[in-house]
Amino acid sequence: MRATESPPRAGGPTGERPAERRSPGPARVALRHRLAERGIDRQLLLLAPAALFVLVLFVYPFGYGVGLSFQPAEGGPFGAYQEFFSDPYQRDTIWTTLKLSLPAALLNVAASVPIAYRMRGRFRGKRLLTTVLVVPITLGTVLTAQGLLNFLGPTGWFNRILLGVGLADEPVRLTNNYWGVFFSIVITGFPFAFLLVLSYLSGIDPSLERAAATLGAGWWQRFRRITLPLLAPGLATTFCLTFVLAFSVFPSAILVGDPAGTTRVISIAAYEAAYVRYDYPMAATIAVLMGLVELLVIAAVLGWRALLYTGSTAGGKG
Amino acid sequence: MSFAELRLEGVTRSFAGHDALTELSLTVRRGEFIALLGPSGCGKSTALNCLAGLLPLTRGSIWSDETRLDTVPAEKRGFGMVFQNYALFPHMSVRRNVAFGLQMRRLPRAEVRRRTEEAIRLVRLEEHAGKLPGQLSGGQQQRVAIARAVVLEPALVLMDEPLSNLDAKLRLEMRTEIRRLHQSLGLTTVYVTHDQEEALSLADRLVVLREGRVQQIGTPEELHTRPANWHVADFMGYRNLLRLRAESGGGPEVVVTGQGMRLVGTPVGPVSAGAEVIAGVRPEDLRITGPDESVPATVEVVEYQGREVAVEARTAEGVQFNLRTDQRPALGDRIGIGVDPARLLVFPLTEPAEQSEQSGQSEQSGQSGDGPAPDVVAGSSTDAPVEAAPDSSAETAVDEPAGGGSR
Repeated sequence: MRATESPPRAGGPTGERPAERRSPGPARVALRHRLAERGIDRQLLLLAPAALFVLVLFVYPFGYGVGLSFQPAEGGPFGAYQEFFSDPYQRDTIWTTLKLSLPAALLNVAASVPIAYRMRGRFRGKRLLTTVLVVPITLGTVLTAQGLLNFLGPTGWFNRILLGVGLADEPVRLTNNYWGVFFSIVITGFPFAFLLVLSYLSGIDPSLERAAATLGAGWWQRFRRITLPLLAPGLATTFCLTFVLAFSVFPSAILVGDPAGTTRVISIAAYEAAYVRYDYPMAATIAVLMGLVELLVIAAVLGWRALLYTGSTAGGKG
Repeated sequence: MSFAELRLEGVTRSFAGHDALTELSLTVRRGEFIALLGPSGCGKSTALNCLAGLLPLTRGSIWSDETRLDTVPAEKRGFGMVFQNYALFPHMSVRRNVAFGLQMRRLPRAEVRRRTEEAIRLVRLEEHAGKLPGQLSGGQQQRVAIARAVVLEPALVLMDEPLSNLDAKLRLEMRTEIRRLHQSLGLTTVYVTHDQEEALSLADRLVVLREGRVQQIGTPEELHTRPANWHVADFMGYRNLLRLRAESGGGPEVVVTGQGMRLVGTPVGPVSAGAEVIAGVRPEDLRITGPDESVPATVEVVEYQGREVAVEARTAEGVQFNLRTDQRPALGDRIGIGVDPARLLVFPLTEPAEQSEQSGQSEQSGQSGDGPAPDVVAGSSTDAPVEAAPDSSAETAVDEPAGGGSR
């Protein structure tokens, strides 16, 4: 287009109008149009405050932290990393955290699917039920921890009932250990998983399952062959989000966990490095490692997601 | 599980206390093409979903010969269904979409493959068999949906407005395609549409529904020439509906007067002298006479429609007439409008209000019920749409050359 316009400009006045008037006009307009077509125009300036915000409050601290992790007091640039991995007390926190967060995220996603599946349609009391399922978001970790201690603790209702009925001879330990933290993560993570899965499910055209039914598919086959494949990319995304939430668990690991032993998660290690030993490079190292582990898990899940069908979930036109 | 006849007995479906479909009784014979016709919200899709097993009945029953069917879940009925939005599985290729039903039947792999390829060939999509539905055009998606439904050789094929998402030209092509498949595969088809032209051209028998109630069941010719009441007439292209009063009654012809005119027509249903009536006539059954004969009127709008023109004329009393003619009247011409008494149908106005209530309709549907002889397949059914087309001018403009060319 532009190439065909430029020759008359170079070759002098060929049209009715003089070349001087004609040539600068199209060129200037063309450049602005070309930029606009790529989404570059003056409205882009509206992004500036947000970009500045991200730069100052995220990129800079992040870069500073990464830089800090390479400046330990002793042992060269990788000294802090070597120290972390050579000390089992530190190193094992990765495994401890994964052992908590992976099953919890998996359970949250898995439990959300059937509940959301049943709640797709319209029915009476749907709003109430959704509210009840989502309320834990508003509670906060501390309140949840307190509730767990009251309910599942050694003298809590759950154990008192077990003892009263005679199902157990001594209180079942469900708090201040792995399970206490696990329950806490599940309770706080479930609403996110549920809301996400519900919205993904609602996006799947209900006539697809009806079509499958007329083709002879029973409910399990309809779910297995139609709904699940269309939902799977959404489940992968949901898993990533709930996993990240669970991986950075901190308060409940202390409140309802066993912070010196079985639930000494990686964020506790970072906290200790920073505010107990004042070893900032080590704390930064642990923070960087947290991010790396999360990235690895997310990359694995998204890699699997890339193999799935991720297009439209509508049944066709209309 | 094929059947000799499929019976719907008093099929009723209500939503939240409101009857969407009331007492639908219908017998579908093997090999028939039945169209359920009516304006949107008339209950035709509800009827289809009840038949497919996607909606439970509120009352009534469905019988396949002597087997009760309405208690059988959709996946066990063995009916094929084509959805309005096609409902193709977006994550499966055309081939896997078509094979889905066969795989659900646990047929041997070789047979699944053979029948899938055969069905794809039938709808001429061989080159697109490996594509996902999202990569196909609307017409191709439509054909996949049809192939997927017929590959199982179902006892009954249900189609829910399958052509409504296509453009006018493609709609005509697919219409012929559907009729061709119906005949060549020996299918039994129940087809839902709001397009009277589509229904007339495709179906052996039509069921006209209004507000969930059957208005008339009959062959295309019966519906075209003898609508049972003025609602059906309105829907079948009788665009000129005049509210008049009967002067005489009881005879084979009836004189109707009012709004400054006096016409002779044929009564449909009980018309007594002095009763309020609705007189209906198609635009193409009106003819232009000299300005002082019959009903004088002034030409207000002339629309070009190929060989003919559609004329809108208004009488001195303000009554508007729509007519089609091969003459070319000019704007503002004074014309006379004449009508053959046999073509002016005079219907009783069941209730004083323009919109008659459901109670009035139930009596009518009782009268017009299941009577008509279903075995007569109207020979003129394929010619019907061109005549019946006056309704929407855009449709007709497209229909005219295509219809003329192919027939």
